[in-house]
Amino acid sequence: MLKLKSITPLGADEARVDRFTGLTITEVTERALVSLTARNDQADAIRDKARGLLGIDLPDIGDSAMGNTHSAFWIGPESWMIDIPYSGNEYLARQVKQAMGDSASVVEQTDGWCRFDLEGATMTSVLERLCNADSANLAEGAVTRTQIHHLGCFLWRQKDGFAVIGPRSSAASLHHALLQVAQSVC
Amino acid sequence: MIINHPLLGPRDAQEFTYLGDASLIHRPDWQGEDASGQFHDYLYLRDNPAGQHRELWFHEVGDRSWLVVTRNTLTHEISNVELARDVARREGRGK
Repeated sequence: MLKLKSITPLGADEARVDRFTGLTITEVTERALVSLTARNDQADAIRDKARGLLGIDLPDIGDSAMGNTHSAFWIGPESWMIDIPYSGNEYLARQVKQAMGDSASVVEQTDGWCRFDLEGATMTSVLERLCNADSANLAEGAVTRTQIHHLGCFLWRQKDGFAVIGPRSSAASLHHALLQVAQSVC
Repeated sequence: MIINHPLLGPRDAQEFTYLGDASLIHRPDWQGEDASGQFHDYLYLRDNPAGQHRELWFHEVGDRSWLVVTRNTLTHEISNVELARDVARREGRGK
């Protein structure tokens, strides 16, 4: 019998936490991601269906909808990323596709991305050295895609910090960049 | 160079990838009788203006949208930016 064991994007058993003076970088693994893109002239239809399925309104440009457990953020014209807890939602893509039918294209994204949450007093000082997004002025819930260490990453302003969501295959590079800047700032 | 994205506002050009002349939107019908000649022209013949030029840019490290950017090739001044989707529909290419 196969003994398969899931590993984090950084290749470890446990999600990594790095603590600095005024900054904590936490690897987040327990999230399921699915991208949802409206087909031609179907944006209104999928807004209604998403409200019924997820209980949230799909957000406008550069924004996110944050419910208690279910979230969605804008990733492109008539395109969103749905972000909910992985546990219990392993088949999220299938559920969303069934609900949307032919009105949307749905793609499983869970293992395509890694996520690091930044919290602490120096988080904007770190981010402004890493990317050209105006992190200090991002309102709570705002999300933008930006370039960090040559990687296209989503920068998502949370209530108490930032989520940096980058390509999983480059998780170690992204983590290295975050640590390097954190070490020089903190 | 700053590209004024129609949805996201001013964005640094390093976030974009350049494709080429916006006439690429008008891909010929591959089933047409003169498809071979049409595709030859589509692939190889380009205007190379010194001045206003409409071109396709991809917001790769952004919202992944295609844009039609009108840029002056002499000054790099950008006078207009539109979503390529809107341009294509307006020019009868949308489904």
